[in-house]
Amino acid sequence: MASDPARKHDRESARPPHSTISGMEIDEVYGPDSASGAVGEPGRYPFTRGVYETMYRGKPWTMRQFAGFGSAADTNARFKYLLEHGGDGLSTAFDMPTLMGYDADSDRALGEVGREGVAVSTVDDVAALFDGIRLDQVTTSMTVNCTASILLAMYFVVAERQGCKWSDLGGTIQNDMLKEFIAQKEWISPPAPSLRIVTDMIEFCTREAPRWHPVSISGYHIREAGATAVQELAFTLADGITYVQAAVDRGVDVDEFGPRLSFFFNIHNDFLEEVAKIRAARRLWARTMRERFGAKTDRACLMRTHAQTSGVSLTAQQPLNNVVRVAVQALAGVMAGVQSLHTNSLDETFALPTEEAATVALRTQQIIAEETGVTNTVDPLGGSFAVEALTDRMEAEAQAYIDRIDDMGGMLRAIEIGFPQKEIADSAFTFQVAHDAGEYVTVGVNGYTMESAAAVETLKIGLEIEADQKEKLAAYKAGRDGAAAEAALAAIRSAAAGDDNLMPVVIDAVRAGCTVGEISDVYREVFGVYGDPAWI
Amino acid sequence: MTDQSMRILVAKPGLDGHDRGAKIIARALRDAGMEVIYTGLHQTPEMIAEAAVQEDVDAIGLSILSGAHMTLFPKILDLLRDKGAEEIPVFGGGIIPDEDIQQLKQLGIREVFTPGATTGAIVDWIRENVPARN
Repeated sequence: MASDPARKHDRESARPPHSTISGMEIDEVYGPDSASGAVGEPGRYPFTRGVYETMYRGKPWTMRQFAGFGSAADTNARFKYLLEHGGDGLSTAFDMPTLMGYDADSDRALGEVGREGVAVSTVDDVAALFDGIRLDQVTTSMTVNCTASILLAMYFVVAERQGCKWSDLGGTIQNDMLKEFIAQKEWISPPAPSLRIVTDMIEFCTREAPRWHPVSISGYHIREAGATAVQELAFTLADGITYVQAAVDRGVDVDEFGPRLSFFFNIHNDFLEEVAKIRAARRLWARTMRERFGAKTDRACLMRTHAQTSGVSLTAQQPLNNVVRVAVQALAGVMAGVQSLHTNSLDETFALPTEEAATVALRTQQIIAEETGVTNTVDPLGGSFAVEALTDRMEAEAQAYIDRIDDMGGMLRAIEIGFPQKEIADSAFTFQVAHDAGEYVTVGVNGYTMESAAAVETLKIGLEIEADQKEKLAAYKAGRDGAAAEAALAAIRSAAAGDDNLMPVVIDAVRAGCTVGEISDVYREVFGVYGDPAWI
Repeated sequence: MTDQSMRILVAKPGLDGHDRGAKIIARALRDAGMEVIYTGLHQTPEMIAEAAVQEDVDAIGLSILSGAHMTLFPKILDLLRDKGAEEIPVFGGGIIPDEDIQQLKQLGIREVFTPGATTGAIVDWIRENVPARN
């Protein structure tokens, strides 16, 4: 449907004039009095201008491209391809059964094996995934949440087999369960026991794998689900506050684990809003860690963040235009000072990316790093009247939301009553209505449309992967000591029912050959199963 | 027919948690005067077919973004047939490639909406294609 500018004046507008994509109204011009003036210095508390003094002059961001599809061997080949072409960190996408705690042979896995990511049921699958890659030589990100404890245990066991020490392992596991209930919606058990497992992992990693980031506090999915930029910022930080409080209550020193928390934000289309959001996030987190939790060291106050360009902003119509969207979003991320970045591929509204599309996405980052010159100076937008004013405003509005959540009794409680879920659904619906009315124009979708546009090649994943995985799993189970596996599961059952940290027993179970589905079944049994409240 | 008499099941098969689209459609249909039953996430084909029959719905809208549509959509159609409910029109939406859309339509999925479809277009399609009750 082509947009008709005249139509916009026929009805009351749902979008304020000259507003951001989140509906935040923007002034015609900003001046020296628009912002508080407390801009600060890069590398100094509260880190508005960046977490390091020299930023990309000293160390470029990590170009970390998310990959995973089909079998472990398929994904291993894509990892090696990305490393050979200048990618410098691995990032693993798992398939839906792995993410939800089902083995490839479960009825619930029907049609889903290897489709949205790599299929992993056993520690041998993880070994094949990283075959030929020394785990103490790369940093790995694993995007997995309700089964994070199991996948991390498998990663540690594979590292052990390779002869690597856990203390030398660098990487991040997403493991942000609160945002699962809010937005991404991959879960096994209810919020409270889910938070307990996350806290077990923070405690365990602080002790045993101090270079590992045990949780990546994520706004990405919150935004993709339809939140505004302010909601993304506020709910992410409120989740972070909940994890820190839980770890502090456990007796873990905030200055010890604080530096190992990492963040993950979305970078959407609205350039200045996104830059302001990331800058405000750093300042608000620094203040929270110091003023609310009493962190003494600056290291515990600095927010390091990964970012990913916005998947939902990509269009199926005229898909080559997506390259431009991704480039602009990536530039915003870099100008905002992120520590690592994933750029989406132009074909991701159709399927997982082809190798060619994934290469263009990686090249986009390399062009920004090597050709645009924006890395030559730290925080190049710092001091801009508009950016500083928006940064102040994002911080104030996010803090107001956090205060409301505190008044409800904290994020765990807010989730239980559906507060962030409903706020996001409202924002998503409001945006859609305004978009359908032509108040937001998406090029190629409701403006500047064409009858037909160039089709792009897409990645096809055959259905045979499902049968192959089932066969491998059956052989794996036949080859293990069944009694030892049973005993290991019993140990998890008993630790889960009590207060012991779950990680040591989960690691033992992985060593004994227990699968993702089997360990998840113990969680289901002991902690119960969470069902979607289906609020609309 | 009046929209009040229309009952639509909005269902989310598969394991993925992408419910933004399903929820927007559910609200838009409700705002258009239809009665909407939303299943929530992570539904098996059996749960969806059962809910459709139990709730006596006039149409079923399936939303999927996990890539499992070629397995799950036909299975839902089969189960409806087993229950003698094959006359309930089934439409779908999500990340579904063109060549799959053709196949799904041959199998009996009445319409597939892809990203960029407006809520108004979906409401209109239902009004034009879902037979009146009474």
